[in-house]
Amino acid sequence: MTETDTNPVLTISGLTVDFDTPTGPVHAVRGVDINVRAGETVAIVGESGSGKSQTMMAAMGLLASNGRTSGEVTYQDRNILGMSVRELNQVRGKKITMIFQEPMTSLDPLYTIGRQLAEPMVVHGGLSWKAAQAKALELLALVNIPEPERKIKAYPYELSGGQRQRVMIAMALANDPDVLIADEPTTALDVTTQAQILELLADLQKRLGMAVIFITHDLGIVRKIADRVYVMKDGEVVETGETRPIFETPAHPYTRMLLDAEPTGSKAVVDPKAPILLEAQKIQVAFALDAGFLTPSHVLKAVDDVSFSLRRGQTLGIVGESGSGKSTLGRAVLNLLPASGRVVFNGELISGKNRASMRALRRNMQLVFQDPFGSLSPRLTVGQIISEGLLVHEPSLSARERDERACQALEEVALDPVMRNRYPHEFSGGQRQRIAIARTMVLKPDLVVLDEPTSALDRTIQKQIVDLLRDLQTAHGLTYLFISHDLAVVRAIADTVMVMQRGKVVEAGQTEDIFEAPQSAYTRELIGAALLTQSHLAEG
Amino acid sequence: MHRYVLGRLLGAIPTLFLIVTISFFLIRIAPGGPFDLERPLEAKVMENLNRIYHLDQPLWNQYLLYLKSIAALDFGPSFYFRDFTINELFAQSLPISIQLGLTALCVALFIGGVLGIIAALRQNQATDYTVMTAATLGVTIPNFVIAPILTLTLGVWLGWLPVGGWNGGAFLNVILPVVTLALPQVAVVARLTRGSMIEALRSNHVRTARAYGLTNYMVIVVHALRGAVLPVVSYLGPAAAALLTGSVVVETIFGIPGIGRYFVQGALNRDYTLVMGTVVVVACFVILFNLIVDLLYALLDPRVRYD
Repeated sequence: MTETDTNPVLTISGLTVDFDTPTGPVHAVRGVDINVRAGETVAIVGESGSGKSQTMMAAMGLLASNGRTSGEVTYQDRNILGMSVRELNQVRGKKITMIFQEPMTSLDPLYTIGRQLAEPMVVHGGLSWKAAQAKALELLALVNIPEPERKIKAYPYELSGGQRQRVMIAMALANDPDVLIADEPTTALDVTTQAQILELLADLQKRLGMAVIFITHDLGIVRKIADRVYVMKDGEVVETGETRPIFETPAHPYTRMLLDAEPTGSKAVVDPKAPILLEAQKIQVAFALDAGFLTPSHVLKAVDDVSFSLRRGQTLGIVGESGSGKSTLGRAVLNLLPASGRVVFNGELISGKNRASMRALRRNMQLVFQDPFGSLSPRLTVGQIISEGLLVHEPSLSARERDERACQALEEVALDPVMRNRYPHEFSGGQRQRIAIARTMVLKPDLVVLDEPTSALDRTIQKQIVDLLRDLQTAHGLTYLFISHDLAVVRAIADTVMVMQRGKVVEAGQTEDIFEAPQSAYTRELIGAALLTQSHLAEG
Repeated sequence: MHRYVLGRLLGAIPTLFLIVTISFFLIRIAPGGPFDLERPLEAKVMENLNRIYHLDQPLWNQYLLYLKSIAALDFGPSFYFRDFTINELFAQSLPISIQLGLTALCVALFIGGVLGIIAALRQNQATDYTVMTAATLGVTIPNFVIAPILTLTLGVWLGWLPVGGWNGGAFLNVILPVVTLALPQVAVVARLTRGSMIEALRSNHVRTARAYGLTNYMVIVVHALRGAVLPVVSYLGPAAAALLTGSVVVETIFGIPGIGRYFVQGALNRDYTLVMGTVVVVACFVILFNLIVDLLYALLDPRVRYD
């Protein structure tokens, strides 16, 4: 991150990207100018659909086959846009490398880490496979992968998401690149892992001196690592400049909106003497892992002795990283998977009830999932999806009454009821999550378990969903069990917070206490990592 | 690995036992018997025949006798081809069917695979549409139509190839039956390969391979095809079993002495042992090829391991 007046190492000028679709062309990128100087970190910021990824995909010749480009991408005085694949392959993977948003799927599942790391070195560096393997081992050590000798022979599925992203970084560094393009490299990772990957990238850049183009929607990251920022909206750069001025005096209203997108406020306090709606005692969920030929079977305690009680109208935030058992706990409480312990809902013991006897209770305890793309049936209209629960729980309703209820539910989540005849794929991620919420609201439940409801959404949309959830809670006296890894969101919505790690509760208490004075080291680490990436932008 | 294979092979025994039992009784339920001719045989002759073939004994006894002989891999004497045992019939015909089927399978796999890959790489272009239209035709036109057309054009009119006969598996004699057998399989393999290849080419790890400037061969064959071939492999298991155990139509049209004809002949003639024999042979092939498919899977995909 040095101040340089050198010529740009990569210049994008007048770049447009259009996609031919059956419904006419889509203009994804409309004339973008971006340049990067040697050793500099440039961030491209924008929400999903802003064209920030497609800009770099186009530069790398990685567009889908229906994509068309115009403009220039200059690297070393040559326009690499529209080059033949053969020519382009002299540059990409060698001098310009890229890491992707999806560490879980960006590596080929069928080959070992070592083989995949070696490939670009063999192709570009002319190394023998053996020499490339040796270099791969060094690279794995460079990106701090534990036990590199063992991991080099491992397959991607044997590595965690953070480790896979480290492998991708190692691959990017293999041929000593001039430019590293990082496309949302930490979005799919846990906060603490996120912090580590960012630190690694910053450290490697300092040591190796390449330029980094960092594509992200997360302004916390930008503020932390970028020298310059390009803000993109609808395929255009709306604002650009040094990082500090952009954050301190944003000129464009869109930039201001992005900066303002942190979930704010906190939940209205509820009566501390409200009746207890849900009480869970000593919940345990154990999965028996299959025995292999030589490895004995062992039991994984996904949730280990967790107790809590939840009063009517309250929100309990369950916080933890992936694998902490927070989702499993949510499902165990709803009796959706076998668990030991006692769960009392509305004065009724529900543990051990079978499916049939649970069914009547289900209407009062609803669930909203993380993935708004996968959790709505693509073959039903939105109206059918929303009113489906009524078929089960209020079979006496006529089709017209069900339709009316679906309309009401849609209005409640601020969607136009006219849309009820459309199919889920016609909606954006935020709208789909609203539909998922409407589906639970139509049954007028007491308890809603929200499993990472905002994690797949843009920050600005997250904020809207949080506001919506808070409004619905006040209007209907709902009780929430809010599961999330996102501390900023939890802080804005929860009365009490429970921090989980490896199936156990590390810390629990009032939201303010947890955030102001965390007791355990793990909570402090989580909060630290979160502040690094989602820093309080208001502090200036 | 060895343990897994052994387990699977041992696990096949109860399956085979069930198949033998069910088909033994099913064929007996069918009316008529092996010696019922249009002009009934003399009572004395009939009685003799029944005694020789144990048909005079109670059914369960016959069943036990059959199980005993089959346990020793003896399929018994044929009821219809009186001078032959089933083992002898199969020893002659099965190798022919296997040779024919295996050749057709290889042809189908190679041509279908290449066509599928080409279509996937040229997705939604003229080449793609041509290949896929041809593939649809290949699947929809039945082989009893294709075979006579091929025989007529190449055999009768042009006189390039013999119209029938096996001739000890001579190259010229094999071409027409192999083509007829392979055509529908080429079509299916091409469609399957195209579908999974398109998906593989869009996958994130192939994008990574492209982003790292790997050669076309590495991107398409090493990274995309290896994953894309998995659905084809699982289709090939049952398909191979069907191809290798002969085709009634193809063998009849081209006059090839393979095992396929015995399915129909055995059933029509109530040749109990022949029917049972073919059933067991087909079952064994299906079981064997499913095992091979599973092992191939493990070989191709490290996430599937049978330790």
